[in-house]
Amino acid sequence: MIDLFDKHQPIAERIARAEAMGVTIGVTNERMISPTRAIINGRETILAGTNNYMGITFDAECIAAGKAAMADFGTGTTGSRIANGTYALHQELEEELARFLNRRHCIVFTTGYQANLGMMSGLAGPRDTIFLDADSHSSIYDGCTLSGAKLVRFRHNDAADLDKRLARSEGEEGGRLVVLEGIYSMLGDRAPLADFIEVKKKHGFQLLADEAHSFGVLGPHGRGLADEAGVEDEIDFVVGTFSKSVGAIGGFGAGNHPQFEILRYAMRPYMFTASSSPASIATSLAAVKKLAAEPWRRERLRENSARLFSGFRGLGLDMGCDEVSPVIAVKCPDEVSAVRMWNALLAAGVYVNIAVPPGTPNKLCLLRCSVSAAHTDADIDRIIELFGEVVAAGHGKKVVNG
Amino acid sequence: MSDTIARICKVLEPFNSNGAILAPHTDISTDLNIDSVTVMDFVMEVEDHFDVELPLNVLAEIRTVAELAATVEARTRKAQP
Repeated sequence: MIDLFDKHQPIAERIARAEAMGVTIGVTNERMISPTRAIINGRETILAGTNNYMGITFDAECIAAGKAAMADFGTGTTGSRIANGTYALHQELEEELARFLNRRHCIVFTTGYQANLGMMSGLAGPRDTIFLDADSHSSIYDGCTLSGAKLVRFRHNDAADLDKRLARSEGEEGGRLVVLEGIYSMLGDRAPLADFIEVKKKHGFQLLADEAHSFGVLGPHGRGLADEAGVEDEIDFVVGTFSKSVGAIGGFGAGNHPQFEILRYAMRPYMFTASSSPASIATSLAAVKKLAAEPWRRERLRENSARLFSGFRGLGLDMGCDEVSPVIAVKCPDEVSAVRMWNALLAAGVYVNIAVPPGTPNKLCLLRCSVSAAHTDADIDRIIELFGEVVAAGHGKKVVNG
Repeated sequence: MSDTIARICKVLEPFNSNGAILAPHTDISTDLNIDSVTVMDFVMEVEDHFDVELPLNVLAEIRTVAELAATVEARTRKAQP
């Protein structure tokens, strides 16, 4: 008999190698002190890798809304949206989000992962083709697989490459969906939307933007990269998550298509899972209202991101991209040095993400920071100081001839 | 070795950091010990080298260099009316 676990041996060996270096995969937050502080390994630690962009997770009004919803509607819905799991709260959140996004329709999902699974598989079917950016998040890849569509991968952020691949499949039956992200989660770079829209005008396809890391963050209204770039009319479908700027859990898909609502009956990740708990929906609703009413949060996040970015640049660190966003990644020469530096940073009191292949593009090993509006100047300066001591002094410094 | 297989092996060389033997029966993922993303990056190079479309859902069925060559040849014929 072949043990089904045999195939996981390479992963087990990789974990064992990390543990031999004194690293456990992931951390345990023993206690949360604030959106930007936790007790990890018994020590107070600055959190700089939690995607808590707005620092809204401990907002008094959001917490009160969640408590009230739990008291009024119970702990869970015990059902799917298409059975007994639709409460007035879910519909209220969908209406509020549609208003915020300036879209006619919005559907809420239980997680952000399911939002991508649902939207990809609801929009595209076996006769269609999905063209996806090479650096797309796993939830996009998984949603594409679930759809049964033909899947064509184009080079990251390369509109000319998409153009070439569209031309190769010209004349085939079925619809065509192109999938991009607003801010890419690993390197923090943005999709060049204007270039892609030129290709859209040439070939004709439907365009979906996953604004997971940019919803609530970018644009004059906080609607994401398309809002920032002023091209929302060209984006047919928007996907987003509540687990970042909204500080809860869940996700959404939105659009203006007159048939959009039919997706509720065509998306298995929407139909065959329990709907979000009342408390989670109510905190999301309160947070979305805050994102609309309190643009100072976006401004503060921009200032904090710029402060960290210029601090790292001053240290000569080799960064993931040249544009400031709340995702700021530092490249490391290899996995072993990345693990060492990540360990040293954590021991000194700052938590960032360690990201290694295949979770990263181009075989990169990264120390990835995500900035919060709740970080103080002193927090940002401490992170810069520690990266100076640990990373710049180590191996993370940019190689001029590299 | 067919021309297509030889050309695929050439494209595969930069991905072969472990120095595995590149032959028709070489398993692209396990023999070269490369992860899923690297396999997709390699296939993208093959697509551009042959100017042919190799969708990800088709790749799920392919393990060896010979199987990839057969798919490249079949899809090249299909693309040329």
